[in-house]
Parts: sequence; structure tokens; C-alpha cells
Amino acid sequence: MTDVDYTKTEAMVVAAARELRDGDSVLVGVGIPNLACNLAKRTHAPELEMVYESGTIDSNPSKLPLSIGDPVLASGALRVVPMFEGFTTYLQAGRIDVGFLGGAQIDRWGNINSTVIGDYDDPKVRLPGSGGACEIASNAGRTIIITPHEERRLPAEVDFVTSPGYVGGREGREERGLRGGPAAIITDKAVLRFDENGEAYVDTLHPGVTEAEVRDATGWDVAFADEATETTPPTADEIALIREELDPNGVYTGGGE
Amino acid sequence: MTTLTTTSGAVSEAIGDGDTVYLAGFTHLIPFATGHEMIRAGLEDLHLVRATPDLVYDQLIAAGCASKVTFSWAGNPGVGSLQAFRRAVEDGVPNPIEIDEYSHYGLTARLAAGARNLPFMPVRTFEGSDLPAHSDNIRRVEDPFGDDDVYAVPPLNPDVAVVRAQRADENGNAHLWGISGEIADAAMAAETVILSVEELVDEDVIRSDPNRTAFTGRDVDFVVEEPYGSHPSYAQGYYDRDNEAYLEWAEASQTHESVQEWLETWVYGVDSRDEYLERLGAKRLLELQPKHDYAEPVDMGRY
Repeated sequence: MTDVDYTKTEAMVVAAARELRDGDSVLVGVGIPNLACNLAKRTHAPELEMVYESGTIDSNPSKLPLSIGDPVLASGALRVVPMFEGFTTYLQAGRIDVGFLGGAQIDRWGNINSTVIGDYDDPKVRLPGSGGACEIASNAGRTIIITPHEERRLPAEVDFVTSPGYVGGREGREERGLRGGPAAIITDKAVLRFDENGEAYVDTLHPGVTEAEVRDATGWDVAFADEATETTPPTADEIALIREELDPNGVYTGGGE
Repeated sequence: MTTLTTTSGAVSEAIGDGDTVYLAGFTHLIPFATGHEMIRAGLEDLHLVRATPDLVYDQLIAAGCASKVTFSWAGNPGVGSLQAFRRAVEDGVPNPIEIDEYSHYGLTARLAAGARNLPFMPVRTFEGSDLPAHSDNIRRVEDPFGDDDVYAVPPLNPDVAVVRAQRADENGNAHLWGISGEIADAAMAAETVILSVEELVDEDVIRSDPNRTAFTGRDVDFVVEEPYGSHPSYAQGYYDRDNEAYLEWAEASQTHESVQEWLETWVYGVDSRDEYLERLGAKRLLELQPKHDYAEPVDMGRY
């Protein structure tokens, strides 16, 4: 196989796509998750069902949607339901296998903050809020978290838990009646997974990334798998699909990284 | 009794200072024309509610119309943050606003309870989240049939809902397709409803496809025909989202001063939606026109 040039963001998209299994019903977010799902559907997971929190079921977008409420998600979908029905009879009832989430901060237990930086009542930065993230983190069969790998984004503890990860460890999560839990954190440097206590560790490093680099960019003393291997690099086909079909204008994957 | 009127007529009749108002829609069919008229009317002290406050709420906040916002995701969809909302929450500019925050499920469950006259709606969310600690409206209730507790939210019955649909007859029987968000529940939960549509059609058109009716005229107080009334958001089958406008807002809303300039041009500087559309220009509107893609007609049968 010949070496392929790719950006850090493209590596993240490809790693995220590979977390999806053929036949999964996935609740997709806009941006990187959207690219990852569309890439998976065009490669190893043609039977992927893409569901959006705007209520579209099995969307089949002809082009990359601008938002999760884009008309291309309704045109050609199998079904469109009101928001409330999407959250009750699909998500809460257990019809969603996997949810994609991001956030301003993600901690070692996979808790996500998309609410505020600083104090809730006197915020340094007011973020958009939960949207559907809290219920996705609580009801999807598993969640995949995507974030650029930076120390401020991966603190030991988030300022605000918008969406629960392994709160109180894996046992704590189960006792609270929460379904699933985070399966992986996909960054532009590594793939992190969760140990038996529910704490994130580095499973694989993306090609060319060192352990030291990841330690520096993580807000806690992160553990590494005994044999931390290299993430399988993107293939030429995957990169071509991203650049030529999925994000031809480089809206999400550009930026010259 | 439903009144056929204009956007300004509906706003002056239906909405007053201090009202709780729900401008519904999830990215699709956002009532921009009505929102701009509310700004021109100089409404104050409004409690704005919506799962996804976007540009139109940012504009109402920037114009000083709001004192409280109830929401679950406040952002410029697909673009970034809402700058005016942030200035109000972080710095109290142009005035401080109170916030009441949920997740999407939590807030749409409140509307669903309101539309169905339920005392509360149980929801499997909020467990393990910090959100309940910051709201009096997210509480635990005991399961009367089992051992577990569950979170619950109270009903929401706005004073006024402003909703849009592609078409309706003059009695307010509305056909809606594409992403419907929380539009029907908002219309069924609110005390007073303003329905604004792309086009008025005969009642026969509505009755030819009753499964497509989102709500009927009995729940509607004012009907307005306002073509392009959702620009720069979209109306499925009529026009696409004007993404340039969303990017322009991200720029224009950078400072309180630049926002005022934008409002001067696009809201205060025009006296109606027609003048707004003239300012936009036919070329820009034509570029948003999708090609036709009709659904296969259904046969209701003649019985």
C-alpha cells in the first residue's frame, strides 16, 4: 500500500467511521460525525441507518447537510417524525445503537460539557447547551465521542456535566439506570477506550504521534494500553471519498493542518 | 374563530409585552417575518421559548425585546454560537436575561405535556447530568407502579405560539412536510396561535390529503399568507436555506454596535416583509429555489 497524505482531521474522521458497524442505527451530529457516518456508509457499513435529532429516520443525503435540520436529510428519508417522537419512541425506547457526541470539554470518565466554561451562574463562556446530547449519552447503546486532542478540551474533570459518561464508574452508571456508555474517544492524535472502571486510556496512537505528545495534550495522567499500537492509517480510497464526495470544499476537513 | 390577517395585524392583536412566546421550528420553517415584526412593534420583556433558539431569537435579544429565554440548544445551526445571546448571558448587554435550560427531550416533553393537559411528563434523561441542579422544573418523581424514581418536567403552555407551514386554507387547517420539529405540539399547547404560511389554498386541497395535516384551524387564531416568511431558513419544496445569511449574521453579530447596524438595514429600515424581499433581490431568492421532486400521490379512494 502506498503512503497517503492526510490531515489530522481526516485521520479523526476515518478513525470515527471505523467505530461504526454495518447495520447500526446511528444518531448523527453535524460536522465531523456527519462525515464519519457518511464515510462508513460508503465503505464498510452500507446498511448503516442514519437518524438525526431533527426527526429524520434513515436519511440518505445527496450532499453534505449544512446542519442537522437540513432539507437533504428529509428528502429521500424513510420516515420523518416530530422531535418528541424521535426522542421517545426511537432514542428512549432503545432503537438507537450508537450516538456520536462532541463537546467543549470531555473528562476521564467520558462526561461531556457543552453548557458553560466556568461557573454556571457567572460563566466565562456560555456554550450552546445540551441539545439532544444528554439523552443520547443516556439512552444510545453506545456513544462515540469526538474531539481535537488539546489539554483544555480533555481536563481531569469537566466544569459542568451536560451529558453523563461513566459517572461513578461503570457500576455507578448502571445503578443510575443509564443505558450503554462511551465506547471510545476519537481525537486527532489517538483513540481512547474505557477500562473496567470506566476510565479512559489510550488504546492506539495515530501514525506519527508520540506518547509524550498525547500526555502533554491530556489534562490527567492518562494510562496507555500495555501494547499501545498504531491506529491503522486512512486508505487512499477513504481520503479520496472525503475530498471528492463528502467534503469537496474542505468545510470540515480543510484548514491546512 | 380564525382571523385571516397580515403579519403586523397578527402581532399587534396576539402578542403583548411580558408574554411567553414560542416561535417554533427545528431549522426548518422558522418564523423570521413574524420575529422581525415583533422587533418593529417594540415588544418588551418577552419570555422567549424554543428548543433551538437561532438567529431570530438572537435578533430579538439584540433588539432588547427579551427578558427571559427558555431553551435547550442556543446556537447558529451549522455555524457556531449566538453572539447576542452570549452577550446578554455573559455581560448583560443590552439587558440581562434570565435563562431556563433543558435538553431537547426535556423541553419538547414539556410542550408535549402542555399539548396533552398532563400534570408532568416522565423522561429518561437528566440522570447523572448537572442540569437538574440548575432548574426548579426538572424534578424526580416516584414511579407509582415500581421502585424506581424517574425525572419529570412540568407542562409548558405558552401565551402565544408562532408557527409556519407550507400551506393552509383560510381557516388555518395546515399542511406541513419535511422536518416538523415541535411545531404541532407548540400549536396545540399555546393559548393563542399565529399560523403563517407560504401559500393559502382551498379547503379541498387540505381535505384531499388529511394525513398531511399537522393541526386544524380550531387550534389557530390568526392565519397569515407570507411567502418567503421563513427566509433565511428554508421551506421544504419552496426554497433552501440561505446559508450566506447565516454566515453574515455570525459577522454582523460580533458586537452590539454592528448588530444595531444590521437591524437598522434589515428590520427597522423596512416596513414589511415585502420590502425586506425587495432588498434581498429576486436573484438571491431564485438561487434558493430547489428543482421539483414530487412525492408519489396517494389514492384515498372515492367511497
